[in-house]
Amino acid sequence: MEIILNFPCISILLAMFSAIISSALNGKWAKYLNTFVVTAVGVLSAFTFWYTYTTKNSYTYVMGHYPAPYGNEIRFGSLEAGMALFFAVIMLLSLNGGRKKIRLEIAPEKEKLYYIMINLLLSSLLALVYTNDIFTAYVFVEINTIAACGLIMITEHGRTIEAAVRYMIMSLLGSGLFLIGICLLYDMTGHLLMVYIHSSITKIMAAGTYQIPLLVTIGLIVVGLAIKSALFPFHAWLPDAYGYSTVSSAAMLSSLVSKGYIFLLIKLIYRVIGFRRFYESGIVNVLFVFGLAGMIMGSLYAIRENDIRRMISYSSVAQIGYIYMGFGLGTSIGMVASIFHILSHAATKSLLFVSASGLTDVSGGHKEFQELTGAGYRNKAAGAAFTVGAFSMVGIPCFSGFISKLLFAQAAIQTSGKTLPTLIVLAISTVLNAIYFLKTVIRIYTPVKDDKYEAVSSGKNMLYLVTLVCFIVLNLALGMISQPITDWISYGVTALI
Amino acid sequence: MGENLAQNYGEVVAMVLFGIGFTNLLLQKNMIKKIIGLNIMDTAVYLFLAEKGYITGHIAPIIVNNDFSPDTYINPVPSGLVLTGIVVSVSVTALMLSLTIRLYRRYHTLDLDEVSKRLKKEGL
Repeated sequence: MEIILNFPCISILLAMFSAIISSALNGKWAKYLNTFVVTAVGVLSAFTFWYTYTTKNSYTYVMGHYPAPYGNEIRFGSLEAGMALFFAVIMLLSLNGGRKKIRLEIAPEKEKLYYIMINLLLSSLLALVYTNDIFTAYVFVEINTIAACGLIMITEHGRTIEAAVRYMIMSLLGSGLFLIGICLLYDMTGHLLMVYIHSSITKIMAAGTYQIPLLVTIGLIVVGLAIKSALFPFHAWLPDAYGYSTVSSAAMLSSLVSKGYIFLLIKLIYRVIGFRRFYESGIVNVLFVFGLAGMIMGSLYAIRENDIRRMISYSSVAQIGYIYMGFGLGTSIGMVASIFHILSHAATKSLLFVSASGLTDVSGGHKEFQELTGAGYRNKAAGAAFTVGAFSMVGIPCFSGFISKLLFAQAAIQTSGKTLPTLIVLAISTVLNAIYFLKTVIRIYTPVKDDKYEAVSSGKNMLYLVTLVCFIVLNLALGMISQPITDWISYGVTALI
Repeated sequence: MGENLAQNYGEVVAMVLFGIGFTNLLLQKNMIKKIIGLNIMDTAVYLFLAEKGYITGHIAPIIVNNDFSPDTYINPVPSGLVLTGIVVSVSVTALMLSLTIRLYRRYHTLDLDEVSKRLKKEGL
């Protein structure tokens, strides 16, 4: 079974080379190649996950001929492999759900470029998940940003160009801070591989030197990645980018791109900085405050919106707030809750975007709520899927969102000093979520007389229907069999070190 | 404190430049000025790395006369990082410039606030 150890490296290279090959193909073949690559990466990651999960071990894979501490490495345990598998599944489902829209909204000669960007996005996400070298991580963070920018602006709509510019500016600010952070870290420790940096930091701390530079460095890295993943005050680009790009892009941006950065941050916290040191640095409190603010403000913005896509986008701001709030609790159970919420939010948000596109299609392309009245009857599959997504976001039992809220609440109770604010904000945020999501569900199931829009039968677009069913099943699976998943996450987090 | 600053003036300059670049990228309204800010920020990081990798009296890490002694050469890793960083920053700058051209063709302005105003007027 030694061959499985090559799979993470193969999947990164597969995604990267398919991007290069796609540039010589036409749109149709690029699509087939992309579907094949995403599926293949999913299968390879599933094997890696199975192998690492059964052997309960982490593996280091040396890239090139220079051994550590000089060379470059990939390192993977079951958490990384599971994350890669999950990312591949979500990517495939988001693409399939928006396939028709891609054909309609993107100029035929640009379709090829879209799939190149998606292949690049996949390879950079996999690299962020697997890499053990911080400078490699920086390079792939930038590749991820460029690919995401391409996904936003491919529709060539005035709004999307502006959104892409704003996204790039915010992202570049974030990666500038991240870059100077890792340069300082290299300067202090003399290493680029995460494990060696960690041992150097332990020595530095024991000697009691470089306390302030280390604190500044941790701050720069955390803030840089927080800006890139659209934590609350840095979210200005988000609603336009998610709201006006094509639906597959929106689903992937909200559920994969920002989660890639967050997963990198988790790795850095555990493997480079060390969880205790991160906790003692006090930066957790900053993240906690911004997380709480995001939970409330994101929902308030979402309530004000009259556009369903922008409403879902603002809800992402709130959900990113949840994830950072879990970091901010500063306990490993809070971290487990955050990682579960990464999975749960990715599964739910892409479902919401894909189903909302079905609802707007049967409302003459309008995204305003008054036009959406009764849309749930006109497209029954999309209506049902949207309802599932909305219930999950609100946190109704059986759906994945309930479990993540439960885990956050449990984590809060075990954290002294932060219990009350967390529980109060969690309750307020749940009520606010319920206001705007249930409002939408009621709206789409309000019958209208003399409907001016035609209904579509769900059987007509089989791919869309199957995608929605897969999403619903994924959501229910996360909600119903959460115990093995949380066990896996809590084990995987300890194996990150 | 003052002595430290004087000794490490290269790093100090790098950090000041980083601040200038960062503020420009964040606060300027004009897209071209923003991109200039981005480049100043990235170059400041390279200056910092070059300063950190340099060892006084040592030469560039190119092996001559079969001299493998580490006492002859400077640390080659920061130089490698600078090269990689330059590649990244060139591609990002190119992308930003092409986005600016798109924006200018559509709205005939480089001012980002002006573009937002127009978008609101268009009511898209």
